[in-house]
Amino acid sequence: MTKELIRLSINGESYEVAVPPSKLLLDVLREDLGLTGSKRGCDDSSCGCCAVLIDGVPMLSCAAVASCCQDVKITTVEGIAPPGTLDPVQEGWMVAGGAQCGFCTPGFLISAKALLDRNPNPSLEEIRVALSSNFCRCTGYMQIYESVRYAIERAAASRAAKPAPVGR
Amino acid sequence: MAQHSVIGKPLPMTDGPGKVTGIARYADDLAVPGMLCGLILHSPHAHAIIRSIDTSRAEALPGVKAIATGKDAPNPYGILPIGHDERVFALDKARYIGDNVAAVAATSPEIAEQALDLIDVEYELLPAFFDPLEAMQAEASWIHAERPHNIEKEYHHTFGDPDAAFADCVFVREQRYYAAGVNHAATEPHSTLAIWEPDGRLTVHSSTQVPYYLHRTLSEVLEMPMSQIRVIKAMVGGGFGGKSEVIPLEVAAPVLAKKAKRPVKITYTREEVFLAHRGRPITIADMKIGISREGRIQAVAARVVQDGGAYCGYGPVTVLYSGALLGAIYDIPAVRYDGYRVISNKPACGAMRGHGTVNVRFAFEALLDELAHDAGIDPVEIRRRNLLKAPCITVNGLRVTSYGLPECIEKVVERSGWNQKKAKLPPGRGVGFACSHYVSGAANPIIRSNMPHTTINMKVDRDAAVTVFSGASEIGQGSDTIQIQIVAEVLGVRPERIKLVSADTELTPIDLGSYSSRVTFMAGNACIAAARNMRDQIFAAVAQRLGCPVADLDARDDEIFSTRDPKFHMSFDDAVIAAIDFHGALVAQGSYAPPEESRGGKHKGAGVGPSPSYSYSAQVVELSVDRDTGRVTVHKITAAHDCGRALNPINVDGQIIGSVYMGLGQALQEEMVWQDGRQMNASLLEYRIPTTLETPEIESIIVESIDPEGPFGAKEAGEGSLAATIPAVANAIYDAVGVRINSLPITPEKVLEALREKEKRERAGASGAGKEGAR
Repeated sequence: MTKELIRLSINGESYEVAVPPSKLLLDVLREDLGLTGSKRGCDDSSCGCCAVLIDGVPMLSCAAVASCCQDVKITTVEGIAPPGTLDPVQEGWMVAGGAQCGFCTPGFLISAKALLDRNPNPSLEEIRVALSSNFCRCTGYMQIYESVRYAIERAAASRAAKPAPVGR
Repeated sequence: MAQHSVIGKPLPMTDGPGKVTGIARYADDLAVPGMLCGLILHSPHAHAIIRSIDTSRAEALPGVKAIATGKDAPNPYGILPIGHDERVFALDKARYIGDNVAAVAATSPEIAEQALDLIDVEYELLPAFFDPLEAMQAEASWIHAERPHNIEKEYHHTFGDPDAAFADCVFVREQRYYAAGVNHAATEPHSTLAIWEPDGRLTVHSSTQVPYYLHRTLSEVLEMPMSQIRVIKAMVGGGFGGKSEVIPLEVAAPVLAKKAKRPVKITYTREEVFLAHRGRPITIADMKIGISREGRIQAVAARVVQDGGAYCGYGPVTVLYSGALLGAIYDIPAVRYDGYRVISNKPACGAMRGHGTVNVRFAFEALLDELAHDAGIDPVEIRRRNLLKAPCITVNGLRVTSYGLPECIEKVVERSGWNQKKAKLPPGRGVGFACSHYVSGAANPIIRSNMPHTTINMKVDRDAAVTVFSGASEIGQGSDTIQIQIVAEVLGVRPERIKLVSADTELTPIDLGSYSSRVTFMAGNACIAAARNMRDQIFAAVAQRLGCPVADLDARDDEIFSTRDPKFHMSFDDAVIAAIDFHGALVAQGSYAPPEESRGGKHKGAGVGPSPSYSYSAQVVELSVDRDTGRVTVHKITAAHDCGRALNPINVDGQIIGSVYMGLGQALQEEMVWQDGRQMNASLLEYRIPTTLETPEIESIIVESIDPEGPFGAKEAGEGSLAATIPAVANAIYDAVGVRINSLPITPEKVLEALREKEKRERAGASGAGKEGAR
């Protein structure tokens, strides 16, 4: 099969990979770049475990052709916070029970981060809707809401402590 | 006694950082140099003799490194010693659509897929059985020749004198209940990486809840000594029982790796997860309950038929649980149970959260609700009148040591506002109540032996780090964290000091696995034993160094001190150095086996059901029913669960809510849909597990009955709450609109049909209609 050299911007780094033109972004991330944080949980783009941010918008990487993602900024779970630090959503999922088996967690973190980036203080209903494209089989979602609330408070506290906003 | 310093605290899961950063490695995330992609060829026929398999065209394809068929691994296996009826690849015939026929290892997925197309299989079709009631009537073409009439196992148990008891009852009801088959649908599809080592050993990384059973099975099938095989559990993305027996890919990948002398990874598609299945069986339960005028249960009779699918799996255990766990929740003097495990040409069923109890509990709690209405007794009150008086031994030989059900009932009644709501909400809105329970591990192992069910090893060296070696399988339920908390509490050290090495057969002692909610209770007790052993060694050295009696010593927060004289104290680091100088490097061991008294009666099948301890749950569901569409909207579920002691309340809450969530899915929307043996919805788009939008508020209430034998009084938290949710939903629908739906899932179509029937009856003024309408 003829491969094509494509250039991807992922987590602030530039990558060049030779892949078949139809290869899915999820497979390029996992197989070619070793970014296995994004997961495959289904065959039909229904589970949300592979969600990544494309220019800040949560998208399913199993439904995106990698060669069509060359002009966008891709953020995976590995890149939602600078190395050695945690985004408030990551802290929330760790301490408030959002992650049990953890397999859906990367996708949820992407959806939650996208939500909080555009709406730092969402209502419960807004959280439910924003996370409705991600399946979790372990938690029954209650502690996922707690995790988002924890993240909201953490982010608010750090904004208050540091008036100049960092990042998006 | 002073409060605990680590037990009871909401310690975040110790593997959390890996999960939230994407660093955690699940089996499909693993890759090694030279790794091949394995794919499995599945049977397109439900029941067919395999006349021939010709792999020559596939073998000729460049990039194909190995092809395996039944001849390459003919030894049968199965999770139960009495059920070794499967082979990794069908040898003589295929028994369901999806049965494993052959497998290919190739240098890329594309080549492997091409190769599958080039394998020529000649089938001769046989009559197939899809309906369990028809399958058990069959006179010929049995799915397994040695299982006449397609009956895997049947059990007939009688305790007390049910016939006499029923004759004395004032109210008796009998009803058939149906439950569709459901699948675990863990978000992680199964995956196995098998590495053929240059020295002829085999290393297997797998998504398993039971590394020990996988280890044994691989030894039997590959005819290799266990000493030459290493099984390592990867991070597991949820199990719920779906990874609690050996799944075909876990044998297929090693067989291919051995043939190719290369590493082979197989990862299931979601469709293959449904084909491998091992979920909750289609169940037909004929339930009969009789009560006295005062609402005391006098007798129960249940006839249960389970559609077990094509292979035995856990089948006999499932059908025994369905009977045994009619007991140990209420005081029932007479029980008759007839259980049938039937074989059909569908994927094999197995253990799923609440193993064996869920569908029968639905039937029991729904029928008890009807009897409460017959007798004019509040559904909560009728349960209060039938409580056990623990400690006790039930009529079927189950020993109940702690019993928080009364407190669960009262808490849930109060928090849900039951008394203000039952039969008092506006038309179309209702509340329902139900209870459930579950084992804290099985008192008898699957494979009979005197071996402890768990052994823990522990090491402390001069760095004063504590390394715990545990075979228990973390599958997302938090068992690693709980074991660390227990060891930290006993040693009096901070949890950060402890490193847990888990579920690697080369490093960790045998643990039977993560199933039947056994890990907190059994591995927890073994952790206590090992940590006490370690503490004794350290205390002996400290006492000698300080010159104080060893009996006076205690430890907390990395400090060892005399409880009598504050001048005697020493840091844990110094104590370890003192002990190492005194003893040499420190190692300790502890193990757990359930006590003899917990192991149940002597009748055939008595081995299943006994547990060292039982958890309890009581729940109230509040919902609305749309009379025009039949659609049910659940507003809130309040669930109280007796977990003995909550060693980690965040984990316990998460387990209760997760169980309720899974029960709700089964109650209202989950169903494997079949047509001629083919699952019509083998995808997550169509097998509809609840999303955030379909999940109501779930409030968990922790009840602590402090079990006398549990670690710090703890018992199970992960399964017992599932079963109550389903009948509580069904009972709430009756409270809302006065119809009984006795078939799962309770779809809008079924509700609408029942409402129309009821209207028709009421219009016709048929007698009894007034009684049936709640209001």
